[in-house]
Amino acid sequence: MIGGFLTTLKLSAVCLFFSVIIGVVGAWLQGSSFKWTRRFVNGYIQLFRNTPPLVQLYFFYFAIGTLLPTVENDWGGESPLLGNFAWAAISLSFFAGAFNVEIFRSGIEAVPKSTVEAAEALGFTKLQIYKDITLPLAFRVALPALNNNLVNLVKTTTLAYAIAVPDLLYESNQIWSDNVNVTEMMIFLLIAYFVLVGVLVAGMNRWERSLKIPGYG
Amino acid sequence: MNKKTDMPVMLSKPIEAPYTPSALSYWHILPIIAAMMIIPSLAFSAAGDEQLSPLAVLKNWIPLLLEGFVFNLVISVCAMAVGTAAGTALGLGQISPNSLMRSGSWFVTQFFRNAPWLVLLFFAMFLLPFEFSIAGLTIPMPDWFKAIIGLSLPVMANVSEIVRGAIRSLPSGQWEAAESLAYTRRQTLWLVILPQCVKRMLPPWMNLYAILTMATVLASIVGVSEVMTLTGRALSAEGGRPDLLAPFYGFVLLLFFAYCYPIARYTLRLEKKFAVIN
Repeated sequence: MIGGFLTTLKLSAVCLFFSVIIGVVGAWLQGSSFKWTRRFVNGYIQLFRNTPPLVQLYFFYFAIGTLLPTVENDWGGESPLLGNFAWAAISLSFFAGAFNVEIFRSGIEAVPKSTVEAAEALGFTKLQIYKDITLPLAFRVALPALNNNLVNLVKTTTLAYAIAVPDLLYESNQIWSDNVNVTEMMIFLLIAYFVLVGVLVAGMNRWERSLKIPGYG
Repeated sequence: MNKKTDMPVMLSKPIEAPYTPSALSYWHILPIIAAMMIIPSLAFSAAGDEQLSPLAVLKNWIPLLLEGFVFNLVISVCAMAVGTAAGTALGLGQISPNSLMRSGSWFVTQFFRNAPWLVLLFFAMFLLPFEFSIAGLTIPMPDWFKAIIGLSLPVMANVSEIVRGAIRSLPSGQWEAAESLAYTRRQTLWLVILPQCVKRMLPPWMNLYAILTMATVLASIVGVSEVMTLTGRALSAEGGRPDLLAPFYGFVLLLFFAYCYPIARYTLRLEKKFAVIN
């Protein structure tokens, strides 16, 4: 049970991290001056936003996963290069990342143009402007929406159950198959997720407050 | 209108076209998915000549998969209907003058909003009886019916928030004006407030519907035979050929994309249309 909780925690943390990175990088690429870069990022966003995460997960795990070469594991058998945990992390990161790109983009659009122009006048390069000027400001605007999406992501990690990642839901399922205490486990499960999401929201809200610039936003 | 100047700052900048999130047309994505379906299976093309090609196999199964997909849509429509009805009631409960009712509705909303969909689905699957009897009449509860209930719980909570948000977003003058015209509370709600809310609620409601449609595949995990389950069965019926995996799952992706993307586009259009310009 605790193992399952830790797996959920780990999966959530990994996905949170990578999805935010995908969001930041994607939003930067979307502001690029190449038409095809923008189109590619757009395609990625629309594709991942409009298809079910579970199907994405299956597609990654079964379709792409079987294509990769296998490696010899500790017991001398063959095992896939990336395990189910890795695929769950990859697929969920891409899924949440697609939303994050849009969120960061809206944050970047909220940064006044004059701020960027002022930075340009001071001789900042494009990357510097994004990294030091636009992103910190955009981040503050985007935080509430990001918060929402990350909560969603934590809830979506339950899907990893489908490819047998031993997360909270999976472990609970095992326990209630053994002990036939479905009702108790269910209620415990709901409370566990409730607490998990609650902690995340409280943390994000605190972060939001501490990042607040007086007089901005 | 390029003026002669030494200062680059004074040069007129080309006006950038405003960013449109929907710059990508529907037809751009389809080839991408098609490529996703075909390219991985090419890697297996050395599998042997006596077998049908993956796409030919897929073609045989398409009618069945489409049937499963329609079942998904039925589930989504039913869950949306149930969820919207219950959610509207709950949303109105959240703004009720009775504080007990208010906090109760608030708690229920938050609870179901913060629980993962899949967990709620499990909840409905395992805790609802498989049949129940009213006055000697036994009504069976098939799996798909339980799935509808399980999916409508989070929808209910989300609709509740949408309703509350829409009502809160109306200027309080509307309430006061209705009060000064001696409308009762019920009349105010039904005749003044809710009709104005419908317009505001429509875009988020449609968004929610798209999310719900994508969530219907979750029902496959708990054993409802919708498109994902059928895909799995079709794959095993074909003997678990690895080169079939990508086309089949790609096809399911394509189905959902073809259904959800137009909804997303239309929602965006509605949002723009209804946007309040300050």
